[in-house]
Amino acid sequence: MGMIESIRGLVASAGRPLRLMEVCGTHTVAIFRHGIRDLLPHDIKLLSGPGCPVCVTSVKDVDTVIALAKEKDVIITTFGDMMRVPGNRQSLFDAKAEGCDIRIVYSPLDALKLAEANSKKKVVFFGTGFETTSPLVAGTLAEAELQRVNNLFIYSVHKTVPPALKCLLEDPDVLIDGLILPGHVTTIIGIAPYDFLVRDYNKPSVVTGFDATDILLGILMLVRQIVQGGAFVENQYARVVRDNGNPRAVALLNQFFEPEDVYWRGIGMIPLSGLRLREEYRHRDIMHTVHVTVPDGQEPKACSCGDVLKGIKVPADCALFGNACTPEKPVGACMVSAEGSCAAYFKYSVARRMNHIC
Amino acid sequence: MDRIQLSHGGGGRLMHCLINDFFVPAFEMSSLNDAAVVAWQASGRIALTTDSYVVSPYFFPGGDIGLLAVCGTVNDLAMVGAKPLYMTAGFILEEGLPFEELERVLASMQRVSEDIGVRIVAGDTKVVEKGKGDGIYINTTGVGIIPGGISLSPQQIQPGDKVIISGSIGNHGIAVMAERSGISFDPPLVSDVCPLNGLVDHMLGTTKDIRVMRDPTRGGVATTLNEFAIGSGYCMTVYEETVKVRSAVQGACDLLGLDPLYVANEGVLIAVVAPAVAEDLVAEMRKTTAGADAFIAGEVTNSPPHTVLYKTLMGGNRIIDMLSGEQLPRIC
Repeated sequence: MGMIESIRGLVASAGRPLRLMEVCGTHTVAIFRHGIRDLLPHDIKLLSGPGCPVCVTSVKDVDTVIALAKEKDVIITTFGDMMRVPGNRQSLFDAKAEGCDIRIVYSPLDALKLAEANSKKKVVFFGTGFETTSPLVAGTLAEAELQRVNNLFIYSVHKTVPPALKCLLEDPDVLIDGLILPGHVTTIIGIAPYDFLVRDYNKPSVVTGFDATDILLGILMLVRQIVQGGAFVENQYARVVRDNGNPRAVALLNQFFEPEDVYWRGIGMIPLSGLRLREEYRHRDIMHTVHVTVPDGQEPKACSCGDVLKGIKVPADCALFGNACTPEKPVGACMVSAEGSCAAYFKYSVARRMNHIC
Repeated sequence: MDRIQLSHGGGGRLMHCLINDFFVPAFEMSSLNDAAVVAWQASGRIALTTDSYVVSPYFFPGGDIGLLAVCGTVNDLAMVGAKPLYMTAGFILEEGLPFEELERVLASMQRVSEDIGVRIVAGDTKVVEKGKGDGIYINTTGVGIIPGGISLSPQQIQPGDKVIISGSIGNHGIAVMAERSGISFDPPLVSDVCPLNGLVDHMLGTTKDIRVMRDPTRGGVATTLNEFAIGSGYCMTVYEETVKVRSAVQGACDLLGLDPLYVANEGVLIAVVAPAVAEDLVAEMRKTTAGADAFIAGEVTNSPPHTVLYKTLMGGNRIIDMLSGEQLPRIC
């Protein structure tokens, strides 16, 4: 296979181990599913980044949504993978089992339909996700405004990728030679928001697709940049990602949302990395209609998720991994979602099985 | 009156009308005794199974809950090498269920049980209040007979054995999920739900060297292979390049964030067989409708023990673990 040989050759000429971070959880899973680590030289370390929106949703946000679900005449809707995320005391699944009306939807538009069908109830969409999913929520709100469906609300924990990357690169403990940038997010935001990676941090970066060949080619392009001493934002996924992204989706997103400082589970507060509703659409914010307060959530002790999300540790370095923390009973954020790096390591890693880590 | 009412389950006249008008003509309930009395064969071992069906929606592309309830139970019998003989069917109906829908479900149960040659000889009906059920739930119990000389179990798996899958995977789960989430395909994606007893008959008639068979329903191929790996103690090594997944199924999986290896099937079986007979057996399986797309997916190896190893198209390895808590809609 030509690509793999080329990668080997380049890595050999680099003469040192190269640390590459795949930012996006979908990449983490795809890398395992295609067995890509087995094909790469040992001197390439692939680190999983903070790009799993479920994982970085804070304990307090989960608790707040559960508190909302316990209010009268509230229906909570969310994507399925939020259901198992542990809050302080309960997950949404636990609350549903206790009788709260919580429903899994495949699209925020399903929440709109539900609101139309239940005009006496407040239908809340618990919106998680990065720039890939948030425009859908904006589109749904636009539709709700147009059709005057006044009982559709959102609880937004939407986050954005570039501020998180900036936060990572500011951390002196984070050692990354290059970034595998998320193809789907970039489909929306385009290339320009990553300019700072080169300008301020001199980091080679490649926007990469999700097939096995996409990922290998992305790695090859990245390694070539590193070895040749360059730093650019390259686009491996040009068949889908246009340099200017999807301006309509971005405009829709900006019409409804504005940046705010938000807390990322495992990482902490990241300036301007969240999306809240703009003043003129606050009536869609459930927190302006129903008032609930919950105590600040505690991050589980001994959990290394913060370091895993920053690529400082790999999951097996964590004392809890595979023992106290498993996909059935997740402790930390990264074990929660199927796209979390700990869950992916736990589920797919041949090395884990061979070493009988658990 | 064209809908089920609570009094249809009340034990009175309405219930008798329901049974006489709908269930008796569809099934072989010659007497309305609470227990069916049937003839029996003297030789062989008895296989007995029960399963409940709660699929939502209960009509889906390629089938309905009735077809599923008969095939599911017949297939469970077939997987241990039993010839299905008799079945019972228990219905939990929700108040307000249109009779027309009940009739369609019963008609498909009647049709497929006649095709298979299994006789539905006893039944039960309960009606629950509106909102307490999901239209229609069915429980079926089946009894069959295993002829002498047939004994299938994961403990008989040996290193070197071949793993055979009888058709393309993931069709049922994706057909149901696509229907639920409003995704449509052109050409339409249909469930694979079908009886496997004919295929199994043909396989057992072809060779004695079948170690174990199982139909990968809930949890999909991944879960069944893990059961084989754990039951035998060996490694099931499967090659991605051999595994057949329809492109619409793969596309829907990508869209919904699912892995076809974990998606339910209702008309597929996995068999582990001695290496010497594998190729001929696949050729024979392909002569049947249910096995037309059969293929050899991999083989049994010693190491790593208790593991399912997937050799990816790129030449990498990955572990196929048991499903852990991924939430899927009800699909069976």
